[in-house]
Amino acid sequence: MSANMLPSEFVVNVDHERCRRCKRCILNCGFGVFDFQNMTTADSSKCVACHRCVVFCPEEAITVTQNPLAFRENASWSVGLRKQIWKQAGSSGMILTGMGTDLPWLNIFDHLLIDACQVTNPSIDPLREPMELRTYLGRKPDRLEVSEVGDGEFKLASPVADNIKLDIPIMFSGMSYGSVSLNTHRALAIAAERLGTVMNTGEGGLHKELYPYADHIIVQCASGRFGVHPEYLNAGVAVEIKVGQGAKPGIGGHLPGEKIGQEVSGTRMIPVGTDALSPAPHHDIYSIEDLRQLIYALKEATGYKPISVKIACVHNVAAIASGIARAGADIIYLDGFRGGTGASPAVVRDHVGIPIEIAIAVVDRQLRSEGIRNWVSLIAAGGVRSSADVVKAIALGADAVGIGTAALIAMGCRLCQKCYTGNCSWGIATQRPELVGRLDPEWGAERLVNLVNSWSLEVKEVLGALGVNAIESLRGNRERLRTLGLDEMTADILDVKPAGR
Amino acid sequence: MMIAETEAKRDEAGTATIEADGVYYRVLNERVRALLEDGYDEIVLNGVNGQRYIGDGLSSAARIVINGVPGNDLGAFMNGPTIEVNDNAQDGVGNTMNSGKIIVKGHAGDVVGYGMRGGKIFISGDVGYRVGIHMKSYKEQVPVIVAGGRAGDFFGEYMAGGILVLIGLGSDGQPVAGSYVGTGMHGGTLYVRGEVDDSQLGEEVRVFDLDDGDRALLGRLLTEFTADTGADTEGVVPEDFIKLQPYSHRPYGNMYVY
Repeated sequence: MSANMLPSEFVVNVDHERCRRCKRCILNCGFGVFDFQNMTTADSSKCVACHRCVVFCPEEAITVTQNPLAFRENASWSVGLRKQIWKQAGSSGMILTGMGTDLPWLNIFDHLLIDACQVTNPSIDPLREPMELRTYLGRKPDRLEVSEVGDGEFKLASPVADNIKLDIPIMFSGMSYGSVSLNTHRALAIAAERLGTVMNTGEGGLHKELYPYADHIIVQCASGRFGVHPEYLNAGVAVEIKVGQGAKPGIGGHLPGEKIGQEVSGTRMIPVGTDALSPAPHHDIYSIEDLRQLIYALKEATGYKPISVKIACVHNVAAIASGIARAGADIIYLDGFRGGTGASPAVVRDHVGIPIEIAIAVVDRQLRSEGIRNWVSLIAAGGVRSSADVVKAIALGADAVGIGTAALIAMGCRLCQKCYTGNCSWGIATQRPELVGRLDPEWGAERLVNLVNSWSLEVKEVLGALGVNAIESLRGNRERLRTLGLDEMTADILDVKPAGR
Repeated sequence: MMIAETEAKRDEAGTATIEADGVYYRVLNERVRALLEDGYDEIVLNGVNGQRYIGDGLSSAARIVINGVPGNDLGAFMNGPTIEVNDNAQDGVGNTMNSGKIIVKGHAGDVVGYGMRGGKIFISGDVGYRVGIHMKSYKEQVPVIVAGGRAGDFFGEYMAGGILVLIGLGSDGQPVAGSYVGTGMHGGTLYVRGEVDDSQLGEEVRVFDLDDGDRALLGRLLTEFTADTGADTEGVVPEDFIKLQPYSHRPYGNMYVY
């Protein structure tokens, strides 16, 4: 037990009969667990259970187990809470953590069931008939007017705003270069291009090398304005104003100086080794009117590209979204409280915000009731884990979904939640050159393409079962969802009937 | 909304003049961009009255002269041009500016130079709240804001780099800056002429003595500022200023436990 009275969370065991002393584990562990003194030794207190050593040990000689140490059971004082208190009593600081919340909150996606056709209307076989997943993001006109140009020919007379064309209703969420490695950004950009979708830079700017992927990139402008200049603003298909993030609504970000090396420094345009502090608010946005001002400042600077506004889902999300739509945004990116992060105080990650399922339903309904749903596209993110979640989010009213954590898991992430340390053994959330090199962008891109293609197949299969041939027919179609095991009030807020009704 | 037709008058010297009175901002800014593409290196805008986003996102070495009061976000995301305003300016001057120069021969509103990374902003008169928030420097890009008069609260808040100078002309014994000067500051330098009470300072900043480098820098900036704005800085000398800097580049380094 270490001086702060915390027992190791995991126990690393090396089977010395099997171990060939190849030392791959020493090289592979980003957290410095292993050492070699006549034989391989392991310091369990440093282990985060990221499995890098286990996967790369050629002899399967390493096992990592939960420390079986018994804690006196206590329903009020969970082991997690006791550990937090021990840490804080020894240090005087906020508990920092990474990824999305790991607390067992009710997951509404898991209490929604999807409909299917039987007898009275035919289902469709997606293998035989085309299924349309194409999605256009951006403002749609209130009405379309056509004018006759003679000889029975007509042309569109109404002006139509620029839209972003996605081949699939799935995009990659904003993860900044700095919090993740350049190879992670490379993999996301390559995959976005192959999939016909977009990746989002996050708030750390865009590395020069990725400018050729412009047609598949949304650039972000956050409160720190890192790496934001006219060329960057025009380097993608849209600009996103990041107001908030689901994992940490209402607070800013601190990228520690350790992660600001030469390349990150050049992309963020700040000196090497300084902390990159993102203020909690944009100090030029203190009102909806101010937001409108920044939206139009960005439109002026980009020749009127679509502008997305990303917010964390909070209690008044419907009214806020209405304000954002009326402020002139083309896309509203809703990030639920399960969303991931490179670093957040645990108290905020685990206790602030509301679920994406509720947010998407109430925002969609609010905008419809005001007759302005067509002004904006809605992206649902923060806890989308599978193709089923994609279908349910879209049926609840989203135009498309954003995936971050799922994309990282596809590239090897084990959810060890230590992104903020910069020691990621999988080369994802790190800037240490020897670790970054482990993630081959081409390999990562292939895994991402495989994952999203798999989900697309599954979405098509479900659409076929629902008897519709376009994702458009599912959008906001709550009639095709039923709740199971949700209380009446939550079901009412979702506007979804219980199973059996 | 009133959208008046604009026809720029062009002269031999490469100067174009637009009568901006009553012209919708989007039309006005389109005209400015078109003239820059046509190769004009000086554009005069007469009768400007609140049009927003003038100079927004422009990458050029042109000079834009504004007669009248421009609207919010003057020179936002700007990269290179020089803008000269022969009147007051409103909020958001030089928002997230990358390079270039903005000269305002009058007062300016809130949030001047937010997130600014390079270039210079000279305001001859007073400035509002939240001026120079999160300015940052990068390599040879060191942003500079000089305000001739007084400043409101949160001057230099969250500042990460660059130089903010407050001359305090016409303060008549009132405090030159408001409260929370340099709160959260972790880089860059503030120079304020006269006294700033400790109660006005953010926790992260301290008063430091001027050195020869500071005096030389202030001397150069005062000369340039006076020449550009025409402000009456007679008798203002570098020795009158105090220097404020953060005492830590990592103010929040010890805030977390893992």
